[in-house]
Amino acid sequence: MSVMPTPRTPTAALDVDRIRTDFPILSREMSGRPLVYLDNAATAQKPQAVLDAVAGYYRGHNANVHRGVHTLSMEATDAYEAARRKIQSHLGAERVESIVFLRGTTEAVNFVAQTYGRSRITAGDEIVISAMEHHSNIVPWQLLCEQVGAVLKVAPIDDNGDIIVEQYEKLLGERTRLVALAHISNALGTINPLDTLVPLARRRGIPVLIDGAQAAPHTAIDVRALDCDFYTISGHKVFAPTGIGALYIRPEWLDKLPPYQGGGEMIRSVTFEKTEYAPAPARFEAGTPNIAGAIGLGAALDYINALGLDAIERYEHDLLDYGTAQLATLPQVRMIGTARRKASVLSFELQGVHPHDVGTILDQQGIAIRTGHHCAQPVMDRFGVPATCRASLAFYNTRAEIDALVAGLRKVLELFA
Amino acid sequence: MSELQDLYQQMILDHYRSPRNCRQIDECSCSANGHNPLCGDRIAVYVDVVDGVIRDVSFEGSGCAISTASASLMTEAVKGKTVEQAHALFKVFHNLITGEARGDEDLGKLEIFAGVRQYPTRVKCATLAWHTLEAALKEDGSEVSTE
Ligand SMILES: Cc1ncc(COP(=O)(O)O)c(C=O)c1O
Repeated sequence: MSVMPTPRTPTAALDVDRIRTDFPILSREMSGRPLVYLDNAATAQKPQAVLDAVAGYYRGHNANVHRGVHTLSMEATDAYEAARRKIQSHLGAERVESIVFLRGTTEAVNFVAQTYGRSRITAGDEIVISAMEHHSNIVPWQLLCEQVGAVLKVAPIDDNGDIIVEQYEKLLGERTRLVALAHISNALGTINPLDTLVPLARRRGIPVLIDGAQAAPHTAIDVRALDCDFYTISGHKVFAPTGIGALYIRPEWLDKLPPYQGGGEMIRSVTFEKTEYAPAPARFEAGTPNIAGAIGLGAALDYINALGLDAIERYEHDLLDYGTAQLATLPQVRMIGTARRKASVLSFELQGVHPHDVGTILDQQGIAIRTGHHCAQPVMDRFGVPATCRASLAFYNTRAEIDALVAGLRKVLELFA
Repeated sequence: MSELQDLYQQMILDHYRSPRNCRQIDECSCSANGHNPLCGDRIAVYVDVVDGVIRDVSFEGSGCAISTASASLMTEAVKGKTVEQAHALFKVFHNLITGEARGDEDLGKLEIFAGVRQYPTRVKCATLAWHTLEAALKEDGSEVSTE
């Protein structure tokens, strides 16, 4: 008997009702109503599996890593290094040494600025970013530029929030030493066409850093296919704890970059005359790392991989389309960010009402959205707004929650009518 | 929604929609700019002080309902008062919205901001205009920031 596979509709692929029970916080009430959490781009909620992994480490295996010969220390080291391998395979990195644990994307960008940047970028050299970057992919480069006399160049974006590729290409020149771009914009939702943007730089021999803070929760990542030199992720945005993240470093840089910080863990031998550094990744991880966080990050990646990033992407795309259509039923809504390819971020303005008033009134209905400049003030300036309202969706969000958002916005409009 | 109505009362919404004294004063004795980086709100306050008395006061800017209504009601409240009285009024107003103990001073219309104390993140919205007024009266020309 042959069984025809039933074609799966995008929304049927994930059992969201069951998935929601994996996230204890989602059963909280807010102002007497079920919490509607639509601020996932700021930070995502944590599934029980991650909470268990963190608590399990502290309950049963807590010890420092890479130091003791005792059993607990070996267990902790094994768990920490296993987490590193999970990140390696999740990002498609060729070597496990390429994965450095850091606090998150902010620290990862600063890391690259202060290691690669300080050792390879000099006066008159240029760094190219885009106009949609998060402050954490702007300010570290400004600091570097001040330190070494380099120049920051900014590729403009169009009214939809897409990078203008021709203008980006024109910025790539003789003196360009690095391109640093977001994979997905937190303020606009734009998914950048990295398959076009990265090769334009690589063909000219320019190294590329990708800020993957917003990409990791929504899409599969393959650093080899991307052909980037550095790729950053933030654990807390991908359902793991705060205070942990990872940086992928292309293998050819591993021996060429100077250490980031000095201290324990990162050395081979120390005398007052001369210190020899350990090989990567230890050489980039001075001091006792966030062991529990790393283990939690590994568990979070296991969790999303079990759901399947394909299924997550399909589901979120459907939800984004639904949300976009529902918001469009309110004539007062102006969407900010209408790029060709978008992740599940709905950034908008409600005409006649300041985003902070919208945020407070929605909060009273148990709906959490972000209002403000989303750490992307240049994006706000580009679109001529002081701030926006942003609903950012994860795979545990539902159409019913979108409906609650739209109903909440109707209440705001009534109040301000 | 009852708490919300506490915060977004008709008077606040009215002053948001049609703010009073929302203009520039060309010949003023002092002015200052205020900025709340968190919301991107910007405000300019102009004051004309003659013999220690605030003869005219106005503001310009863009902000949320709370900050705009607060600026509008502030101009109404301090016009005609002495500089000292204006400082004292701000202290009482500040206590009102942060929920600090206060005496039996009557804040008049400003009492409608009492609801703000339930929203600590919005206290800066309600005080931006007042901080900017203080800066203007100090005449040091610096921009105040709520951060
Ligand atoms: C696109 C983007 N880049 C970088 C960051 C900074 O990440 P973190 O705060 O985790 O270091 C964020 C998060 O706010 C982001 O959305």
